[in-house]
Amino acid sequence: MKIKAGIIGLGKMGLSHAAIVNPHPDVELTGVCDTSSIVLDAFRKFSRINVYDDYKKMIDTEKPDCVIIASPTKFHYEMVSYAVGKGIHTFCEKPFSLTISEGEELVRLAQEQKVINQVGFHNHFIGTFRELKRLLGAGVLGELVHFTGEAYGPVVVREKGETWRSDPRGGGGCLFDYASHVINLIQEIIGVPVKASGSRLKKIYSKKVEDAVYSVLTLEDGLTGMLSVNWSDETYRKMSTSLMIMGEKGKIVCDATELKIYLKEANQKEGLDKGWTIKYITDLAIPVNFYLRGEEYSAQIDNFIACIMKNKQSEVNSFAQALKTDKVIDLIIEDSKR
Amino acid sequence: MDKVLFGDNQFFAVNHLSDEKSREQAIRFKDDASIIRVLDQAIETGINTFMCTTHDRIGNICNHMRANPEQYRDFKIYPCMPYAHKYANAVTELGILGTVKQYVPGNIFSTFTKGGLAYISKDFIKLMEIFIDAEMKMFKGISTPVIFIQNVVVDLILGLKLFDVFKEYDAYIRKKYDAEPGYITMNLPALLDALNSVGIENPIICTSINKIGFRMSGGKEIYEKYLTEKKFRPIAMQVLAAGALRPTEAVEYLSRFPKIESVLFGASSKGHIQETKELIEKTMS
Repeated sequence: MKIKAGIIGLGKMGLSHAAIVNPHPDVELTGVCDTSSIVLDAFRKFSRINVYDDYKKMIDTEKPDCVIIASPTKFHYEMVSYAVGKGIHTFCEKPFSLTISEGEELVRLAQEQKVINQVGFHNHFIGTFRELKRLLGAGVLGELVHFTGEAYGPVVVREKGETWRSDPRGGGGCLFDYASHVINLIQEIIGVPVKASGSRLKKIYSKKVEDAVYSVLTLEDGLTGMLSVNWSDETYRKMSTSLMIMGEKGKIVCDATELKIYLKEANQKEGLDKGWTIKYITDLAIPVNFYLRGEEYSAQIDNFIACIMKNKQSEVNSFAQALKTDKVIDLIIEDSKR
Repeated sequence: MDKVLFGDNQFFAVNHLSDEKSREQAIRFKDDASIIRVLDQAIETGINTFMCTTHDRIGNICNHMRANPEQYRDFKIYPCMPYAHKYANAVTELGILGTVKQYVPGNIFSTFTKGGLAYISKDFIKLMEIFIDAEMKMFKGISTPVIFIQNVVVDLILGLKLFDVFKEYDAYIRKKYDAEPGYITMNLPALLDALNSVGIENPIICTSINKIGFRMSGGKEIYEKYLTEKKFRPIAMQVLAAGALRPTEAVEYLSRFPKIESVLFGASSKGHIQETKELIEKTMS
């Protein structure tokens, strides 16, 4: 029996998820939900998927085994609560929740209901970042000294445009949208930040939300590093995310395409030379059956479906892990007001 | 189609292996003149087809070609639409409807006889035609015998199973532009099945074909089966697997499939262009 899926929210991410989940051999996408009539009409006209403009109605009528929620962040809480409350496995887009108390409630609810839960921090399904995590776990850099987490891209490059992303109360802004990815990578690969200092939320072109985020993060073990994120940087063709980690034995620079490792002495166990070793995504990419915008988008959905089939919670990107990221976002906001 | 098609990734800082390299490219090809210089070098080596995205800067290249008709008399362009990042960034910023408003040329209300946007939402095919015409505007007066849809859009339509859209696209390109429709995809087997299912036979499909199976979704084996058994006109792209393969072994692999009509590649120096072109022609003749 195929897993029945529904999608709530058909913006860029929702459409992308729909196109990935629909051809999945173990899934039947039976319902989609959005409030935009132009998108719903297109589905009505060209596809056999049932369309809804009310997510509760979709869930109650289709009775899906799982839902993918890709609505604006401010709706996550009520939608996730409703789905999880009905015992439906739930994949929610990032960032997870707008307030910590709501996030905590959702984590608790998902545990109570024993549903598979996952959040769309897709970078963990990029081969280079996975390999970085493995190498750090194997201690190739020795004791860590410092790190930088960066993301740049050309989302808002002039003064215009009003969508939910330009509303600070709706989960818009570079901190929620862009920086959350970097924070989540830092938290899962290096360590969980417990303090933010010197934080700046800078408006460049947007009127109501920040276009750049700069902060110094302190991790649980006392290690410090810098966060530098700017979505108004048109020197990048698309979003580009990277981590640099400095350790006593060397340094690693990692992005979605390559992993550059510099070691003061060779590491024979890992087959790493003294000096530079470069590992490319061509060797590290996770194979997928359907490719849309990058292996990672398909691989995260494959993982979610596999977890449902095995009835085993995903080790990556659980609600609980996403909540940690929301807490760091909160730390940065509070610190920026000082 | 020519055996060798010259691509444009190198001009627009697209590098699947290194962000650093793509920045170097962005710096090198800052001026349109530097792009034209490399194109002219490609022409000198005997390349006559340029396969390129509908990036704004291609419009400038087209202006140059129109201004020098003698020099580019035999030169063809295969446009690939749309330049997806333009729209993807716009959707993030403006939403789907906002993007439609921004990119539909002229006054949206005069484009449609009545009802404006409400009317659009009932007539997607008309909307698609308007988008195609807007993207094709820059190529006016230039020979464009094959017109492609980019993989992001092809694979989105494919995944959503909106196969009739392919049928409409196919018909419109033939009727309006007297050109052959082409499809770029990362999912060759699924796409060919989908196109066949709506009556599109022997389509031109540009897809990743390389020895290590990079970006060949579902695995190399099924691609090889389709390349051997199915009826379509393949153009091989990503043949070097973003640089993971040496050119000789990459092209040797392609030569196992006589069905491959053309190979798409990009390079920035005349020596490199010449070498690759000769290698492809020698190995795949």
